[in-house]
Amino acid sequence: MRDITVVRQFGEVVLAIAIAPLFVGWIAQCRAWMQNRSAPLLRQTYRMLRKLFDKDAAMAATASPLFRTTPYILFGTMVLAAAIIPSLATDLPFAHAADAIALIGLFATARVFLSLAAMDIGTAFGTMGARREMMVGFLAEPALLMVLFNAFLLYGSTALPSLVDGYRAHPTVIDPSAIFAAVAFVMVLLAENARIPIDNPATHLELTMIHEAALLEYSARHLALLEWASGLKLFNYACIGFALFLPWGIATNGADSGTALLISIAALLAKLVVAGAALALVESLSAKLRIFRAPEFLAMAFLLAVLGLLVHLLLGTKLA
Amino acid sequence: MTAHAYTVPILNLLAACLLLISFAMLSRRRTQRLVTLFAWQGTILFLSTCLVAYSSGLREIYYSAALTLLLKVIGLPLILHRLIYRLGAQWDSETVVNIPLTMLVGLVLVIFAFGLAQPISMMATTITRNTLGIALAVILLSFLMMITRRKAVTQVIGFLAMENGLFFAATSATYGMPMVVELGIALDLLVGVFILGLFFFQIREQFESLDLSNLESLKED
Repeated sequence: MRDITVVRQFGEVVLAIAIAPLFVGWIAQCRAWMQNRSAPLLRQTYRMLRKLFDKDAAMAATASPLFRTTPYILFGTMVLAAAIIPSLATDLPFAHAADAIALIGLFATARVFLSLAAMDIGTAFGTMGARREMMVGFLAEPALLMVLFNAFLLYGSTALPSLVDGYRAHPTVIDPSAIFAAVAFVMVLLAENARIPIDNPATHLELTMIHEAALLEYSARHLALLEWASGLKLFNYACIGFALFLPWGIATNGADSGTALLISIAALLAKLVVAGAALALVESLSAKLRIFRAPEFLAMAFLLAVLGLLVHLLLGTKLA
Repeated sequence: MTAHAYTVPILNLLAACLLLISFAMLSRRRTQRLVTLFAWQGTILFLSTCLVAYSSGLREIYYSAALTLLLKVIGLPLILHRLIYRLGAQWDSETVVNIPLTMLVGLVLVIFAFGLAQPISMMATTITRNTLGIALAVILLSFLMMITRRKAVTQVIGFLAMENGLFFAATSATYGMPMVVELGIALDLLVGVFILGLFFFQIREQFESLDLSNLESLKED
């Protein structure tokens, strides 16, 4: 029995690593369609990664070991996060290893390393990117915590698997605070993953870039790992969102037979397809904000999440 | 009974949507977006009124729901859009307000409204009594919007949003007002928007802008 869960855990992580670039490619494709461009192939992201892995890495003469190891650390933290988030099933060994607050800490660790590595070489762009990344991060983190507190208030636990289980125990409950939390969560997701209102992932325009500026000095396999890690991060955020707001089809405790797992994989894929299209729609409809508007954007996310807490206290459904 | 089990959560959900739209209105700078949001608010109001009518089984609430649909979802937004188009104010936006600060004040108002509504809703007997706090919050937020904004069109939208809040309070606390009163209010709103539309043109003719801060000085120096 123990071995089975380990195998499932392994399978979940491998699936996450494998389809994260696909998810990014799907969003790019949807965006291209909506903007009347001819869309890149779905496997374009994979080809990009392969091309980068085939190249020889060039390294600045001033690079320290930190710069060299950061891509591996970043990729490792994202894989660990993918193992903790219950994207397919809740009864997995890693899922109970850390709660959602530790998960946010894990993301913060990755951000710290990325920022340090960006400043390591000493170029102006890297430092600028690192500073902006930290600014967006410190504004997004409280908002994300508040979103999570909304869910915690409802189900009385800080662990994502027990949230999903709690939802399955009361499937008819629709809490009004979930609307506020969901809107705030989408705003945080856009900011944290360098999507359009805050940062444009598809540009290298010097003055506006945040995430790309931090990656500017990397090449070849390091760059490939970092791109893959940022794809995984987006995938992880989407899975956190599914666990919080749309936990349909996730195999829960005691109900994780083979068919349940197949259903949960199908549900995950369906949710990713819809979420990717929705993200592309949001990104196509909004214009990139000036960097000085970013605090306003994230303050709004924070306020909405706090409002969710208030609404829960007023209207919240009382669970027995 | 099963119908009722779903009615209250859905109504709470719609009430939360109403509050969310009020905050979205506070955060928008562009006038045209505000009209769209106002239409959405009307839609939510229409849905919640239909739900109250369905769960209470009262026929006349359906009529007021239909009135809401006609006036607040279709009629008034259409008139406002045409007004904005005729005024050439499509790209108008407010620049003076500090949005995060306004939102923060809005948050305090919501807490105030919830606290105020708590003892009142204890006495109410309708199924929808919990939403009274939300209705009050929507009214106060619309007030806030009227206070912080400078442009004439936005102030009118704030006024209309306030009426939405009052309407929601009426349906949620007492299953709606008498039909005559509701018809009267609807007519008043329609006429009010027409008259204010005339005022827009007058204001623009006088000052060549729709900024109401021009009205504060009594004479031209």
